[in-house]
Amino acid sequence: MNKVLMGLVVGTGLGALDGLTAWFTPEARAQIATIVMGSTFKGLVAGVLIGLFARKVKSVPATLVFGTALGLLFAYLVAHMQGKYYFEIMVPGAIVGLLTGYVTQRYGRPLAAA
Amino acid sequence: MRLEDAALGRLREIVRAPDLTGTPYQLVGPVGAGGMGAVFDVLDERLSRHVALKIVDVPLDGEAPAEALLKEARVLAGLEHPGLVPVHDAGRLADGRAFYAMKLVRGARLDEHLSRVPLLPERLRLFLRVCEPVAFAHAHGILHGDIKPSNVMVGPFGEVLVLDWGLARALPPPGMKATRPEGEGTGTPGFMAPEQASGGAVDERADVFGLGALLDASLRVAPSSPRPRALAAIVARATAADVNARYPGVTQLAADVSRHLDGERVEAYAEGPGERALRLLRRHRVAVGLVLAYLVARGLFIFFRR
Repeated sequence: MNKVLMGLVVGTGLGALDGLTAWFTPEARAQIATIVMGSTFKGLVAGVLIGLFARKVKSVPATLVFGTALGLLFAYLVAHMQGKYYFEIMVPGAIVGLLTGYVTQRYGRPLAAA
Repeated sequence: MRLEDAALGRLREIVRAPDLTGTPYQLVGPVGAGGMGAVFDVLDERLSRHVALKIVDVPLDGEAPAEALLKEARVLAGLEHPGLVPVHDAGRLADGRAFYAMKLVRGARLDEHLSRVPLLPERLRLFLRVCEPVAFAHAHGILHGDIKPSNVMVGPFGEVLVLDWGLARALPPPGMKATRPEGEGTGTPGFMAPEQASGGAVDERADVFGLGALLDASLRVAPSSPRPRALAAIVARATAADVNARYPGVTQLAADVSRHLDGERVEAYAEGPGERALRLLRRHRVAVGLVLAYLVARGLFIFFRR
């Protein structure tokens, strides 16, 4: 699987799972569908961006930094829309970005030379 | 009259010293000696560079040693690979002894070098680099026949060279078996395949045996660390007494060692479910660690919110 596709699949999957954890928060359970859709879309966009970065840069540490920063940024935007739960949203968001960056760079295949 | 050992050694040295009259070489000193001859460090005056001159001893056994040395030179000259010593010249000296000139390899023998390599993966990578020239020679129809740590040199920049092709022979064509020719050396006990020791037919699997024994020796350098079962199985398969139970070639042996290095399942070992799970956990430890970190962080937030 190439790096962009790997980033897309992993980012989308982890985003969906991250959204589903909102079910454990009783006050958020009513909006679970919206949260899961938003989190999945966020993961998809982040995954594609991380995949593009991984393809261009080819460095594991740089991709980890980029993934973490992107995860933090997206999680911050989500928390900012809600105006609360900054810490609860941003810490797991950063780890998801880190994980997506690692998996994409480590397991994604580089493009074959033309 | 009884000669002292030192005097005897000096006499032997004088007798062994080559007569380089009429050659472009100037003697610098001895490098080493083997059963058949000796290797000298000489200066090639044409190019102002040091080369190694391998010279057969004073012929006491007819022309056979000289022919064997020149055959070795021809075998090496026909194989161009970074893991093989390039031959520059061959012929006869003024005193009639056969010689060939090759690159002067500086460094340490593998058995000496391994004591300075404590990490198992590093030792396995070295082993893989020994396999490369041997597999290359097999692909060109040549069997080494005497693979052992003292015939492998590790240079100062980490270059690995397989030396001493004195027992090399042509491999049989695919599907055919070859018999060891009369009058050739057999090999080194402990590194020699049983069929080679008994003078039977040999093919590339004789070198697989030698490489398996070399891998075993490489692993024995650090006996305090436990030997992974998969590696023990690779050694056992490569050094199987039954030639048909061995890896069919060096490429397959090297591939199995590479799989072990990469945390993949090796062909030689049937692992249990627990071992498989442990291997996969080890192989993907960073990803598994990150997933655990995420689960812990998420779990803590859920727990403290309640």
